Amino acid sequence: MSRSLKKSLFAAASAIAAITVTGGAVAFCGFYVGKADTKLFNKASKVAIMRDGNRTVITMANDFQGELTEFATVIPVPVVLEEEQIHVTENAILDHLDAYTAPRLVEYFDEDPCVMYDRMEMRMPQAAMSLGAVDKLRKKDSLGVTVEAEYTVGEYDIQILSADQSDGLADWLKQNGYKLPDGAEKILGSYIKQGTKFFVAKVNLEEQAATGLKYLRPLQIAFESPKFMLPIRLGTLNADGKQELFAFMLTRTGRVETTNYRTVKLPTGMDIPVYVKNDFGSFYKSMFEQQVEKENERAVFLEYAWDMNWCDPCAADPLSQSELRELGVYWVGGGGDKPGIMPRRPMPQARDVFVTRLHISYDAENFPEDLMFKETNDRSNYQGRYVLRHAYKGDAQCEAADQYRANLPKRFESEAQTLANLTGWDIDAIREDMNQAGQNFEEPKKGSWWKRLWGNDAKEG
Amino acid sequence: MALSFIKDPRIYQIVTLSGLLAFGWTAHAFEIDPVQFAAIVIASCATQWLGSILIATRPDFKSPLITALSLTLLLRADAVWPLAAAAAIAIGSKFALRLGGKHVFNPANIGIVAMVLFTDVAWTTPGQWGTAVWFAALLAGAGLFVTYRSARFDVPLVFLGVYAALVFGRALWLGDPLAIPLLRLENGALILFAFFMISDPKTSPDGAIARAAFAGGAAVLAYLMMFHFYIADGLFYALAIMCLARPLLEWADPAPHYRWGDPVAPLRGLRRQNPSKTNSTHTVPAE
Repeated sequence: MSRSLKKSLFAAASAIAAITVTGGAVAFCGFYVGKADTKLFNKASKVAIMRDGNRTVITMANDFQGELTEFATVIPVPVVLEEEQIHVTENAILDHLDAYTAPRLVEYFDEDPCVMYDRMEMRMPQAAMSLGAVDKLRKKDSLGVTVEAEYTVGEYDIQILSADQSDGLADWLKQNGYKLPDGAEKILGSYIKQGTKFFVAKVNLEEQAATGLKYLRPLQIAFESPKFMLPIRLGTLNADGKQELFAFMLTRTGRVETTNYRTVKLPTGMDIPVYVKNDFGSFYKSMFEQQVEKENERAVFLEYAWDMNWCDPCAADPLSQSELRELGVYWVGGGGDKPGIMPRRPMPQARDVFVTRLHISYDAENFPEDLMFKETNDRSNYQGRYVLRHAYKGDAQCEAADQYRANLPKRFESEAQTLANLTGWDIDAIREDMNQAGQNFEEPKKGSWWKRLWGNDAKEG
Repeated sequence: MALSFIKDPRIYQIVTLSGLLAFGWTAHAFEIDPVQFAAIVIASCATQWLGSILIATRPDFKSPLITALSLTLLLRADAVWPLAAAAAIAIGSKFALRLGGKHVFNPANIGIVAMVLFTDVAWTTPGQWGTAVWFAALLAGAGLFVTYRSARFDVPLVFLGVYAALVFGRALWLGDPLAIPLLRLENGALILFAFFMISDPKTSPDGAIARAAFAGGAAVLAYLMMFHFYIADGLFYALAIMCLARPLLEWADPAPHYRWGDPVAPLRGLRRQNPSKTNSTHTVPAE
């Protein structure tokens, strides 16, 4: 048997993909120019959780890159799942949710200082409003492990296991050809004592070939349980270094936060040097790493919290009702709406879906316990948003323009400081890059006031 | 002690809680709008003032200030009014819900429970204090001092002792690493609850045995709700339930009522008090 237990619960092994900077989508009061999606992060897993009362639907993205015969995953679940509670969905939906909630970059262009003496500060109204064939159920007792059910769902063969002996499951898995990482017995034992059931998924090669796809689609499970949590402990076992997890929460009430770890909002709304536009991805990664360090590597980060009815600026359109239903949001009507609309104000027909995007960089040392969540009634909007302000380049000649130009070096310096603080990058290197991008720190030569008198400046050309 | 002439331990509580709030504010440990804080303070003091007029006593604003600080540290809302409402419920309960010359519920606790249980506009943030050990230690040190001064040194110790025994016991039974129970104990909200809320001498029993049962019972209830029923706000519900059960405990272990400024008497007599002494209850009803 060459099957080996998949390294981590929701682990992934994708290479760092270059960020695509899509240009030109018009956003309110500024241009949305780029987003920092999950592809930036290595070993990143994505999971969407719909939660309403005790009703839960978990969608787990699968970006397993190895041989399909090697894939196997063991997922702790609070209850024995029936066939109808397991589903396979499309990658595109999670990708859409990722894009919609991604931290974003916006840019503004300064007006002619001579025309707009009182430049109106344009602000975001942020937070203003406020299985194919079914095997017969087969019970097989050995080592205290009961195979409660076996199903084939999509390209996956699934076994639902329950165990009475804390070490029985580990032995059973080993006997069935799975390689367990060191320390797995202990964690499995802890879960068994807590009454947890297990869900083992492998690839059904025939079914997989029938899909015609080169990748594995996300698995979904629906169940009712008071436990609002995400098991991450098994995933930390033989991971070398930290793993990234993106959790997208879909609730009726409001923002979701962790109760056993601090949930921290990432710094947002800052003005940063314009050259960052060319490499928003590395800016975002550096900033995220810096914040992780600042919180002693123990915090969960909030990247987005927003009412699903709208967005501003939109990194992608809000999800359609059918996409939301696919992710388990059972209270919205199926189908009917068309994607492609980009509402910037709350729509009258409220869909009552609040999305929370959490980003966790975790390892066993700093995250010893599974993530325990709590729905709050907080419906205030938050987004990771970074601002580029382009200086006015026109040939403005007036006192206001002189003052405007005199103030630019100060503004650029403050942008450089902000960037250095956020990312930990070397301030001199930042200044250098800014200079090259045309953000000059030299104070303009002070023109004499009389030059503008009698048209002298025009004579000099 | 240089400050021992200040008999009323509430002064220490106000100073310590204000210090915590200021620290939390500057360290961005929690988000609270100054307007919300002001609204909580105003609503608390106004309710105290109104209540005092109704029962014809001189209003004292130390207790409502402590309640206001506790609410500011523990309760969150998007708007101002839910927090002001919590403050009004908290202080109002001191005047409206009374039994045997004492108010039934811990004011800040019932304010939180009422808003979280019966509305959908407020919430608690149990994990948002960060789990840095030093911060918890700071809180604990400050808290110990405060409660020692208010002669209820045993309540937080019994509560935390029983709670810690339960979470460590659970980890040992499950075979979990000790980092898990430590993570649960390194929680600022838990420490604040233990030293500043459940320890309130006005709403904990006066007899030492009853007090130990009160604190231990709250710890068991909180543990059960949080770890077996997955109720994130179990801590606060546990205290409200124990407050309802308190008359029974006091009946079993009668003792004279505590009065602010009573001399420091840690672990006052583990023997039963003479029931006749209960008549010496002070007459200021609601502070």
